[in-house]
Amino acid sequence: MGTARLYAAVAGSGFRRYATYRIATAAGVFTNTVFGLILAYLFMALWDSKPHLGGYDQAQALTYVWVSQGLLMVVAMMGGGFEDELIERIRTGDIAIDLYRPADLQMWWLAQDMGRALFHLLGRGVVPLLFGALVFDLALPSDPLTWLAFLVAVALGVVVGFAIRFLVALSAFWLLDGAGVAQLTSIAGIFCSGMLLPLNVFPGALGEVVRALPWSSLIQAPVDVLLGTADPMGTYAVQAAWAVGLLAVGRLVQSVATRRVVVQGG
Amino acid sequence: MDFRPFERQGGYERLRDGLRAYRLISAMWVRSTMAYRASFAMTAFGNFAATALDFAAILLMFSRVDRLGGYSLPEVALLYGVSGVAFGFADLALGSMDRLGRRVRDGTLDTLLVRPVPVLAQVAADRFALRRLGRITQGLLVLGYALAVLDIHWTPLKVLMMPMMLLSGAGIFSAVFVAGGAFQFVAQDASEVQNSFTYGGNTLLQYPPTIFAKDMLRGVTFVLPLAFVNWLPALYVLGRPYPLDLPVWVAFAPPLVAALCCALAGIAWRAGLRAYRSTGS
Repeated sequence: MGTARLYAAVAGSGFRRYATYRIATAAGVFTNTVFGLILAYLFMALWDSKPHLGGYDQAQALTYVWVSQGLLMVVAMMGGGFEDELIERIRTGDIAIDLYRPADLQMWWLAQDMGRALFHLLGRGVVPLLFGALVFDLALPSDPLTWLAFLVAVALGVVVGFAIRFLVALSAFWLLDGAGVAQLTSIAGIFCSGMLLPLNVFPGALGEVVRALPWSSLIQAPVDVLLGTADPMGTYAVQAAWAVGLLAVGRLVQSVATRRVVVQGG
Repeated sequence: MDFRPFERQGGYERLRDGLRAYRLISAMWVRSTMAYRASFAMTAFGNFAATALDFAAILLMFSRVDRLGGYSLPEVALLYGVSGVAFGFADLALGSMDRLGRRVRDGTLDTLLVRPVPVLAQVAADRFALRRLGRITQGLLVLGYALAVLDIHWTPLKVLMMPMMLLSGAGIFSAVFVAGGAFQFVAQDASEVQNSFTYGGNTLLQYPPTIFAKDMLRGVTFVLPLAFVNWLPALYVLGRPYPLDLPVWVAFAPPLVAALCCALAGIAWRAGLRAYRSTGS
């Protein structure tokens, strides 16, 4: 089997795996919609008292709410997905079996995570956005090319999110229990991705710092491409730089970590 | 221990046994967590920090606006603190309830059913997580800030309302946790629905009621009475009217509402438990 076909099959299995949880997906859509409603009213109050806050008008701010609720699970903002499983495999030593496979560890999990992300985009992304568009006045683009540009930014965001969580999972080689690191990174992710509040609303230097961190690639960047408030090419360049850089670090850590496994004898 | 079958025990005995079992099981989990003190300190801090981010977001908003829905930062902090502490107590006591669906799916609930101890006490105390004190601590700090900064005309009644709100609020949120658990007997894979009412409800109550649509306010006043956790009593303390034209005395109703909610949640729980069919796995 060719390499591309192998990873496509792995991605397909990642997709199917999450597709089996139908009730959980429906429950998740419900949750995203409830939180979307709360945030939508909060943002309306904010933009009422300060129109054009962060450079958005009210319709753009509301669009931000519903698109970001749709993207939360796609970029696995709160952790979860492959991360917990990989940590568990490292802890139990099952990772040794994975290393014997004729497939690259990092690429294998990336393919699997892309399948998961695609499922969540369809399963948990579409309905909250449709609900938001029905109930509120959103600033959704009519140009299909903008939507295409948005999807490219989402895909790059998923890769950056994966690269961060891969590093978190590898920390389990040293710490054995990765829960603490996973928790701290998910806290950083929630704050720095723009999930609580758009990053361009953050004041002064703090705003510049959070926008420069990799987490801005996960939610802020794709939403800005969709809203037309950021240049797609420039956004892709930043996202791709983070993706390549973090994947390279992950690869380096992986090779150091796997050498450790051999030394320990599995 | 009393080894008479449950059904022959009176309500008082069942409650006493349940609380005793809850205490023993949760004490066991506390001992097991304390075996790794560094890990406990880290996760407790993480719990504190994760909840503190919500308030950090509110501070960021107030760096850009003076008022939110007509409310100042200390007023929002009072709403936030009361809801946060009340929710924190319920989360500490019953936060493990969302694992019930998993127990139904993997069949481990069956082992709890054969023990001569109330199932609710076992499910609630399962994996009792003391790290959730982090959330309560954070809520208390914000509440302390609000009370220090706000210029409230204190009366004995208003002073008494502070502990009343926290206890009744914890009772109302506890009822939501238990009712959510009962729902999971039916929809085993839907713990997120429970989260939207518990965590979602807490998030909703952290902001002034003036920013939400009237229909949403009616829903959380008359259907799922979350408004009694903080909005109605706290607005009385602040001397502000509630956006729905309700009489002033509803501000004193939280203990009654909490008792009613807990009774209804108890009925729902027993119905769920009776409807439970093991997966057999």
